[in-house]
Formats: sequence, structure tokens, C-alpha cells
Amino acid sequence: MKNTDVSELKKIANELRQSVIKMVYQAQSGHPGGSLSAAEIVTALYFREMNIDPQNPKWEDRDRFVLSKGHACPIQYAALAKRGYFDESELSTLRKEGSILQGHPDMKKTPGIDISTGSLGLGFPSATGMAIAAKRDGKDYRVFVVLGDGECQEGIVWEGAQVANKYQLDNLVIFVDNNNLQIDGTCDEVMPNIDLGKKFAAFGFEVYEINGNDMEQVVDVLDRIAEKRDSGKPKCIFADTVKGQGVSYMENQCDWHGKAPNTELYEQAMRELGGTL
Amino acid sequence: MTDKIATRVAYGNALVEFAETYPELVVLDADLAGATKTQTFMDTYPERFFDMGISENNMMGVAAGLAACGLKPFATTFAMFAAGRSWEQVRNSIAYPHLNVKIVGSHGGLSVGEDGATHQCIEDFALMRAIPDMTVLCPCDAHEMRLATEALLNYDGPAYMRLGRLAVENVTDSVENYKFELGKSLQLRDGEDVTIIANGMMVQMALKAADLLKEQGVSARVINMHTIKPLDEEAVLKAAKETGCIVTSEEANILGGLGAAVSEYISGIYPVPVIRHGVRDEFGRSGKAPLVLEAYGLTPEMIAESAKESIQLKAD
Ligand SMILES: Cc1ncc(C[n+]2csc(CCOP(=O)(O)OP(=O)(O)O)c2C)c(N)n1
Ligand SMILES: [Mg+2]
Repeated sequence: MKNTDVSELKKIANELRQSVIKMVYQAQSGHPGGSLSAAEIVTALYFREMNIDPQNPKWEDRDRFVLSKGHACPIQYAALAKRGYFDESELSTLRKEGSILQGHPDMKKTPGIDISTGSLGLGFPSATGMAIAAKRDGKDYRVFVVLGDGECQEGIVWEGAQVANKYQLDNLVIFVDNNNLQIDGTCDEVMPNIDLGKKFAAFGFEVYEINGNDMEQVVDVLDRIAEKRDSGKPKCIFADTVKGQGVSYMENQCDWHGKAPNTELYEQAMRELGGTL
Repeated sequence: MTDKIATRVAYGNALVEFAETYPELVVLDADLAGATKTQTFMDTYPERFFDMGISENNMMGVAAGLAACGLKPFATTFAMFAAGRSWEQVRNSIAYPHLNVKIVGSHGGLSVGEDGATHQCIEDFALMRAIPDMTVLCPCDAHEMRLATEALLNYDGPAYMRLGRLAVENVTDSVENYKFELGKSLQLRDGEDVTIIANGMMVQMALKAADLLKEQGVSARVINMHTIKPLDEEAVLKAAKETGCIVTSEEANILGGLGAAVSEYISGIYPVPVIRHGVRDEFGRSGKAPLVLEAYGLTPEMIAESAKESIQLKAD
């Protein structure tokens, strides 16, 4: 996968955005804002960085992906479908009775989901467990995590961070999707996060600050991190993003955290993303 | 009968309505004010509202401190996080010291719908009931929710109250002179062959089940057991004696909740058949709420089936 060039990745990120919008529209339910803000991150991981085999989702040496902000699963489902974990036609069943695509990631129902999440904060400690297991078993795989910035208000995130430091989990890479929005308002209003990047540094992480909606920067930071594979330190990519990125009326709007567009707004979103209806 | 209203909406309105009468009332939420409906209180009384961000455990601790200083905090979030995530904070920081904190869990049960199992709390009754000194409530409609909220404002001690996501029919507004009392159930229909004891949204379904049973010549009593703890033992004993068998119905796991409370009590004093209708010890899943409820058998038809089962056991 390593060869995918940046312009190709940008194209894929845009396609995944279209899938997100279509899925949430068809479900008339779900979380578009946080899915769109993580599109570049998820694309770079699934189409370039991660060592995975869609034909063998439970391959024991695969890299792991933990969507700790589980509500953003539409973007992950879009990536999994495009990588061939399941048929793309499944996407239209999102959140519907009997679907393999639950409202929050379910490792028992969806091929390619490494751990069930949805209750904020809980994914991260599980990811440290996976990283510890890799070290214990002498395996090379890495564990990638995406955390929300609002999610970082959960105390358990910092309990997880302690573990990453104590066990020198250099095979653990966390992205903080720093869009400064949660549900009730901006993070600054609801519960100021105060120097989130510096906090992770204080917890022993190597911290890299990037624009998380800039594919060049996402790819570049992953390359730099890969070189520091054995540094003895967990990695934190502190990614400034825009919630709702790519759909004008969703950008930076709390309101679009967990809401589906109506037909008119759906069509507008698809036009803006250059998709077909 | 009025339009359908969700109990969470009635709760949000009640907080605002009672704010002036109860100046010690303060409200906390954990980044879900829009969904739990504390938003209106937040907008109207910003100085009495505390958004704790996404940190439910912390919220329970803060609420304990506020209560220790004489305030009446209503700490509100989804049932999953209020009763589940924060269980030990609730137990040790609130219940053990008998602090006057109201823990309010919205979006209880499977009727959460699309969000799926991680958000469908079916264990809150069991979890909260297991804590000594904890009062546990699940009002059935908007009218009762308003009364329950005021009752909680006048009760000095820890309590957990579940709110529902879906809009539901009002069934208690037509009850004449309905005086809501914690621990005192409300009989909505009399009957002789079986008693259906329900709470929350299952009360409306129990009434429909009673209609179905009536068509089949079965006379069912329906009791709205809005308070699961302390249980209205008198009403349960009376039902056992007069109808000889019971069905409990709750939008929760059949382990540890209302059905368990009724069974535990009646088995030790006046054993009669008790069929527990509810979620059969399995996790929920995503889907439109009515479809999910149906898939898990949370329907009037299944309550009626359970009633007939219970009557059959009585006859055997
Ligand atoms: C423990 C827990 N509390 C509350 C929620 C409800 N909830 C879902 S998403 C969300 C806001 C998340 O904000 P953030 O982590 O910043 O994610 P993003 O902005 O990327 O969507 C909340 C409060 C939850 N899923 N889990
Ligand atoms: Mg955010």
C-alpha cells in the first residue's frame, strides 16, 4: 500500500467523504461532523500506512486501528468497504435493524473492526492493551488510535496515557482529532482542554503537530514516525482539523455533530464534494 | 389525551418550571444538554447550570460536593453513563454519604434506537437498585415526569431517575387527583385474572396488552410501578392475593430490575407465578426504535402472551 501517491489519497479521502454523507443521509441518523474531520487521517491509515489484509481481517500480525471516538464510524465503514472488507452495498444499511454496520463500531458484527467502541474514552486503554500484547508476543504490528478532543476530557484517557508511557509503547500511535468542537459547544466553552498537545508530551508521548486535513502533512508525519519506530516512546499526532470539513454548511458547526441532512442539503453536500447522487 | 411527549422533554421543562420555587436546584450535564433536554435550563439559568464536558464520573463527584454544601444537584447524562460509567462514584460519593443528588439517566433502554448497544442501557435498574439507600424511578409519561421531578426536589437523599428518548402517550393525565408519591404505585386499570406491573414506556404497552387480553376474555389489572425502589410492596401483595399471578414488564434486562424486585419480594411472602417480561439478557442493537423494540419482543402482544403464560402457571 505504501506506494499510493498523495494526489490519489486526496481523491480517496474525497470519495470517503461522499460515502459518509450518503450513508448518513440514507440512515437519516449518524454523525457526519466528526467523520468528515477525520477523513484524511483514516484515508492515510487504510490506504497507505497500515499493514492489513482485507481478505484476512483477523490476521494476527495486522496493524490495529482503534476508533476511540466511535461515533465517527461512518468514515471507517467507508474505508473498510472501499478496501474490500465487505461489499459497498452494505453501506446503505448503516444503523438499520439487522445491519452489520452498527451505530458504533462492533467487532462482532463488522469485518475489519478491531475493537468495539462508542462510549468515549474506552477505546484508548484497549489500544494500549493491544500494544502491550504486541510487545509481549514479539510482534511488529502497530496500533493506531483516533481520539476526539472532547473525548480527552474523560479521565480514563489520561489513565491510558500513563500506561503508554510506563510500558514504552513506541508501537502505539494516537491521533487527536483537534476540531475544537464537541456537542454542547466548542471545547473551549464546554470544558477547556488547556494545551492538549503539551499534556500528551508531559505524559511521555512524542508529540507531532500537524494540520490533519492536509494530506501532505498527514503522510509526512506518518513517514517521520515510522522512522522513530523504536524510540521507546508512544507517539501523539496532534491534528488540527475542521469538524464537517468538505461540506460548507457543516464546517465548524456543532449542530452537525450528530444529524442527518435532508434531501436538499444532501444534494448540496454531494455537489460540493463532486459526487454523483 | 394530549400529543405524544418524551419524558426527557417533560423533565427539561420541569427543571425550568421549578427553578424559581426551588432556588437550591442546580443542574449538571456532561456535553449532552441538547439530548437530555437540560438545554433550556442552561439557557434560562446559566449561573445554575454546570457543563462538566465529557467526564461523567467527575460530574458525579462535583454533584456530591454541591450537595454537601446544601444545593440540590440534578446530574444528568445518558442512562448508560450515569448508571453504568459512573456507578462507583454514585455509590461511594453520593449514596454512601446519603447526599442529596439526583442522578438522571436519559435515553434508557432499547428505544435509543440507531445508536445501538453501547448506548442502550438495559442494566440501570439493576445497577442502581443494588446500591443501599438508593431510590430508583422510571416515570411513564410526560405528566408523571413533571410530578416525579417535583417529588425528587422534595426528597432529601440520593435517587436515580430514568428518562426515555421516544415521545410517548400521556396516560396519567386523565387520572383524577393524581398525587405522585415516591414508592407508591398507580393502578391504571383493575382486573381479576392477572396483574401487569410495568414502568416507563412499558406502561402504555401494558394498557394495550390489557385491551388485547380483554378481547380474549382475560381481565388484567395494570399497575404503573414508577418507583422500583422502594417497591410498593402493599400493591404487589394485594395483586398477588387478588389476581393470583403477575407479569412484570420493563424496557430493561429481566435480571435485577423491576421483575426481580417483584419476584424477590413476593417469593418470600406470598408466592405466586411471576413472569418477567423485558430484555432477555442480551445486548441491544441499532435500528429504528419501533423495529428494535419489536425484534426484542417489547410489544403489547408479548406482554399479553406473558400474561397468559402466568395465568397458565397459576392453573397448573
Ligand atoms: C462516555 C460517553 N459520554 C458521552 C457520549 C456522547 N457523545 C458522543 S460524541 C460526543 C462528543 C464528542 O466530541 P469529540 O470527542 O470532540 O468528537 P468529534 O468532535 O470529533 O466528533 C458525546 C458527548 C459518549 N458517546 N460516550
Ligand atoms: Mg471534537
